[in-house]
Amino acid sequence: MTSRRRFLLQGLAGALPVLLHAGPAAGQQQPLAGQGAAGELRDPAAAGRPRDRATERDNDEYIKQVEHRLQCTCGCTLDIYTCRTTDFTCTFSPALHKEVLALHDEGKDADAIVAAFVEKYGEKVLMAPKPEGFNIAGYIVPGIAILLVGSVMAAIMVRRSRVMAVASAAGDPPVSGGSADEMERLRRELREFDE
Amino acid sequence: MTLLGQFSLWTALLVGLWGAVLGYSGRWHARPELGVAVTRAVYALFGVLVVASLSLWHGLITHDFNIEYVASYTSRNLPGYYIVSAFWAGQKGSLLFWAVMLSGFAALAQWLTPAKYRSLMPYVGAVTSSVVVFFVIVMLFAANPFARLPFTPPDGNGLNPQLQNIGMVIHPPMLYLGYISITIPFAFAVAALLARRVDAGWIQAIRKWTLMSWLFLSIGITLGMWWAYVELGWGGYWAWDPVENASLLPWLTMSAFLHSVMIQEKRGMLKRWNMTLIIGSFLLSVFGTFITRSGVIASVHSFTQSNVGYFFLAFLLAAGILSYTLLYTRWDRLEAEVQLESMVSREAAFLYNNLLLVGIAFSVLWGTLFPILSEAVRGTKISVGPPFFNKVNVPLGLLLLALTGIGPLIAWRKASIRNLQRQFVVPLSFGLVTLGALLLAGVTEPYPLVGFALAGFVTGTLGQEFWRGTSARHVMYQESYPVALARLVSRNRRRYGGYIVHLGALCYFVAFAGYAFKTEMEATLRPGDTASLRSPFGHTYTFTHVGVSQFEQLNRIVSQASVQVAKDGSPIGVLSSEKRQHFSEPTPGLRQKSFEPSTEVGIRTTLQEDLYIVYAGSVEGTEEAVYRFTINPLVVWVWIGGLVLVAGGLIAMWPGGAAGGTLRRGQAGYEVRLAGTASGVGA
Repeated sequence: MTSRRRFLLQGLAGALPVLLHAGPAAGQQQPLAGQGAAGELRDPAAAGRPRDRATERDNDEYIKQVEHRLQCTCGCTLDIYTCRTTDFTCTFSPALHKEVLALHDEGKDADAIVAAFVEKYGEKVLMAPKPEGFNIAGYIVPGIAILLVGSVMAAIMVRRSRVMAVASAAGDPPVSGGSADEMERLRRELREFDE
Repeated sequence: MTLLGQFSLWTALLVGLWGAVLGYSGRWHARPELGVAVTRAVYALFGVLVVASLSLWHGLITHDFNIEYVASYTSRNLPGYYIVSAFWAGQKGSLLFWAVMLSGFAALAQWLTPAKYRSLMPYVGAVTSSVVVFFVIVMLFAANPFARLPFTPPDGNGLNPQLQNIGMVIHPPMLYLGYISITIPFAFAVAALLARRVDAGWIQAIRKWTLMSWLFLSIGITLGMWWAYVELGWGGYWAWDPVENASLLPWLTMSAFLHSVMIQEKRGMLKRWNMTLIIGSFLLSVFGTFITRSGVIASVHSFTQSNVGYFFLAFLLAAGILSYTLLYTRWDRLEAEVQLESMVSREAAFLYNNLLLVGIAFSVLWGTLFPILSEAVRGTKISVGPPFFNKVNVPLGLLLLALTGIGPLIAWRKASIRNLQRQFVVPLSFGLVTLGALLLAGVTEPYPLVGFALAGFVTGTLGQEFWRGTSARHVMYQESYPVALARLVSRNRRRYGGYIVHLGALCYFVAFAGYAFKTEMEATLRPGDTASLRSPFGHTYTFTHVGVSQFEQLNRIVSQASVQVAKDGSPIGVLSSEKRQHFSEPTPGLRQKSFEPSTEVGIRTTLQEDLYIVYAGSVEGTEEAVYRFTINPLVVWVWIGGLVLVAGGLIAMWPGGAAGGTLRRGQAGYEVRLAGTASGVGA
């Protein structure tokens, strides 16, 4: 047997056991679909922070609405519900969610829960400032500004259109100083405006 | 190469200063060769900044981790396209990107502007060079992209996983291009004021620039929404975050300008207002940059807090004071040539539209700054989030949508009762039929109801406009309907391109209204377990957990959780969501996990709704997975709206069409003024 053939046969003999026992591709894991079992992950840390099981109360519409009114204190600027169901690395929002549930268990309604949060974390915990005191300015200034500017604009327009109407009624010649060709051109161009 | 980069920045400073001083001095009035020198300085500025940019790219591509910027935003195993996009991923690189693109636009403006506007160009060069010089100063003295570390790390930190998305490769440059290109119309406006040439010339010169800026901003904002939707995993696309608001502000004022400039072109009115809007848009783009880069207001999108904010604040104040002082000194020259004849006219509708667009911009700005104001007045920190912005802006947005439908129906100058009757019947019928259908379907929420009804009304208006124009051509020229429609649009690209833009905006509003019907739930599922969620359209989706598999891909370990989805019992496919743990590999075999695991959502899109699933994590390290399932009605219409809007903008911008029409109308407006003046009422 030539050394080349021996080399190939030895290589094949060495590879066979490996090929026969080949499991999933390196770094892959077979899911246990439909088995009802929950296989362990090869690298649990790579799948993020371990999660608690979701409960019915996590989906409670009333709790959601309360949490939408309160900001997470982690600095993300999201509300508690959105943060806890989005930023799965945040440790603040799950804790705040538990606080909301605890306050609800104490029999507090939405406004009382929100008030308790404001007392504990300050006004900054509200997603929108309460419409009272100086905060009212926050809500009404844009509307007032638009109304004010709109009113001034309307007043000016009405005054000017009245002046024009009076001038027309006084019988001023509508146009003067133009040749017949120029007037025809003007009429033609004005017609274009209306098209 | 970093030395070359540094040298280029210093050269850019000197060249930019030379161009600015020469341009502002006005000595080129007597010596035309100095005007040519300004143009050459603008070209040279672009050239040296290109060299600086290539130097930074060289550092990024060759993994020169001794450069602090390269070490901060890249790693050896970062895919190539993200290495390219790392150029604008951080504060310092994006400043260089801003400067080089602005100098490029400035060079293009010098090159492409027709000779008849030559008298403005040295001033334009001076303004653009000043702005570029500002950015170069910020880089040289506060945020140098070529700063070196005292040692060379074996590998870099890598790019934030959430930025490793194709949306983030395209979205920031598009938004930057929008912000940046506003400088060109601003430069022309300042040039017109400095040169005391405030006729319609500067407006004509900047028409395409303003549309281009607006288009870039539109694309940038829409891509940002798309990125937030597919990458951040919260199931929405707009959160009224200060940085998002900052991008919306100049878009709103530019939208107002694009409307009001037509009144100036057609009737010689609103000259002062248009100047104010262009200057305001530029200042708002600088303000947006200030918000993003200063850290003065908390935002998830902002860069790391740094002292560049002070530079931007100083620049914002200086640019604002100088520009508006200049405008004040030219105020008398900007008097309208004619006055508004009626409050029920196309011109008046444009005015109302401007009032609303600027009003919305003001309310967004007000809400964004209100936490600072409140803290200054009361000493109490507050938050202003989506509930505030929705309460204030949704009614204004609906009014704007109504005006989108009303405006095209009203005649120029003065509308008669007969004109109004003739024009409104079809659109109003569309609106009422939509309203009735929704009420019958059981929709009772007021804002979505009004929103959809108005969408029906606007559809009627736009459909009527296209139908009338097409059928008129069909009758007059015996063209087939498709040919008549194509020629109608191509002969009057600005008008019908504008209508197509309105159609895009309409799609946005439909999507926004649909968002009110979003439904979501959390569920923990073992393999084989199912969860169900009912769609607002009446059907039920069932999700069966398949399992979680883990594998390596590029520079990350992927944990992929999958569910089989069935709609009313019929299987429709498999959806997967992922957790991605990125790692760096300074030397082969030595892996270090970088960043926290990020989330990739699974989305199944239809015209009706999106199924949106998020793998939140696993219970006790097993395949038992926690999911969030969301049904987002009509979301796809945001992306469709974006495409339609951009298509309309491109049609409106495309050269050709009814050439000279604007000029003819401008002349006619001038003659109207003459006629009015002669009769004593036009002044």
